[in-house]
Amino acid sequence: MAMTTVNNGVNVQALLDAREALKGAPEATQFTWRASCKWQTGTHSMTNVGGFFGLGQEQQHKTETSFSADHPEIFASEDKGITPIEYVLVGLASCLTAGIAAVAQNRGIQLRSVESKLEGKMDIRGILGMDSDVRNGYDDIKVTFKIDADASKKEIEALVAQSQKRSAVYDVIANPVNVTVEVA
Amino acid sequence: MVIGAGHAGLATSRFLTDRSIDHVVLERGDVANSWRRERWDSLRLLTPNFQSRLPGLHYEGPDPDGFMTAGEVVDFITRFATIARAPVRTQTTVTSVTRTDEGYHVETSNGPIACRALVVASGACNRPNVPAVRGSIPASIRQFTPFDYRNPDQLPQGRALVVGASATGVQLAAEIQRSGRPTTLAVGEHVRLPRLYRGRDVLWWMDVSGVWNQRYDTIDDLTRARGLPSPQLVGTPERATLDLNALAALGVQLVGRLSMVRDGRALFSGGLRNLFALADLKMERLLDTFDDWARTTRLDADIAEPERFEPTRPPDASPLQIDLRTGEVTSIVWATGFRPDYSWMHVPVVDDKGHLRHEGGVVDSPGMYAIGLPVLRRRKSTFIHGVEDDAREVTEHLAGYLARR
Repeated sequence: MAMTTVNNGVNVQALLDAREALKGAPEATQFTWRASCKWQTGTHSMTNVGGFFGLGQEQQHKTETSFSADHPEIFASEDKGITPIEYVLVGLASCLTAGIAAVAQNRGIQLRSVESKLEGKMDIRGILGMDSDVRNGYDDIKVTFKIDADASKKEIEALVAQSQKRSAVYDVIANPVNVTVEVA
Repeated sequence: MVIGAGHAGLATSRFLTDRSIDHVVLERGDVANSWRRERWDSLRLLTPNFQSRLPGLHYEGPDPDGFMTAGEVVDFITRFATIARAPVRTQTTVTSVTRTDEGYHVETSNGPIACRALVVASGACNRPNVPAVRGSIPASIRQFTPFDYRNPDQLPQGRALVVGASATGVQLAAEIQRSGRPTTLAVGEHVRLPRLYRGRDVLWWMDVSGVWNQRYDTIDDLTRARGLPSPQLVGTPERATLDLNALAALGVQLVGRLSMVRDGRALFSGGLRNLFALADLKMERLLDTFDDWARTTRLDADIAEPERFEPTRPPDASPLQIDLRTGEVTSIVWATGFRPDYSWMHVPVVDDKGHLRHEGGVVDSPGMYAIGLPVLRRRKSTFIHGVEDDAREVTEHLAGYLARR
């Protein structure tokens, strides 16, 4: 299949051009993503995401988005949003999926559908402080992709592997990162 | 019967003798065995000499502020065994304890013994606790535990990774770094203490302010208190502080908790700053407690002014990963704590974490007692002078049990 006929809706040429242009501008590659959060009541909070910094200047999303986070009723909360740890799955799923689309475009593979199911396993004895040997967060995350594309199973597996290799969220989950929490 | 002739078992023997309770003390090796065989060369007691007290024996030497070497501890405990006329059977290893109608049946390397009551004084540190990740370390790297480590000369040249920042970890990291081997210390949850506070030993403060006397049944989270890592202290003639700032000044590289080893790469947690903040806050609260005590007892005038210490400095650059296959790191020292060994205990009193189920030393089986475990009855329970009150009370309970039978 010729590359020109493939359209996954990803402008790969723009990404490749950007990579070339950024070679001579190391400061432009430094991005800062931001979120601001406000406690509502109980375990409910609202987090807004709108602006970020990149390519040497302040940038703005087309629309600012609000995310509501809470805990479910079985934790005696009001369930006004998904739990924070579920947002981690949202981030991982969307990052890997975007990566698959981009890599498929670059490799000339037409996608028809990309679906995934995510499961994060966690023992809540950790966050409840019941057992210091149990970690707080996920101890296992499983992502299962169902992909319909003009490609062999091996090619599809290679797509999924490459998307993990270049995924920011996959990296930040699977590898340590410095975290600084301060009181202003 | 008492199992173990360390300071705790011998102190208990002393109180049993005072009550004319016929007993023997079984010892797998010699008196103070672990101090003879399971300590690194440079180790000294964390407690100053003036705190080296056992029932009827206290330090009388010329240096009350100094710290005993392991050999001096052996001499001190051996002297106590003699003074207490403890009926010790050395070179007698307990291989099995089972319950009988009359009490307990104890199998030893010198034959079986029956007893009505049993005091387990075999210690809390029988085996190094090494995380499962040790199995993922490349074979080219030499691994040590505090039981086989004696001094830095055993280590190959090259960088050493010390895992764990308790008293053991900070002491070994410091001496390995000083030996000329660049050293990395993986830091998890830790307890920071200055060696001296307002001119006095910090453990003097722990004692006089009553912090060490806090009873086990008044502690909110006893499981946590019993599992706390030992404080970052070292006993040296210079009475120097050995906190993480001191280690950084020596050139030790500080990294976060060792999370995992994957494909030959060690991954360290990025949560180091929070661990620093927690340890600094806890130390400040403790110093506040000392200051409050000094004020209310009107001792303020006799002691130096209150002081506060610099917060633990986050390292300028702290790697989150170290590739263990490059040959730069040549050895790993696991300073990740110790576990008791109850493999010989065939009475169902050991919980799923390998600890004895007991309430202030009264074990969950009639006539069985424990002594010398962390926060057994008080915060000071595992320290040499801390065992006296525990041993007296445990013996009292044991005497009552025998009298009721």
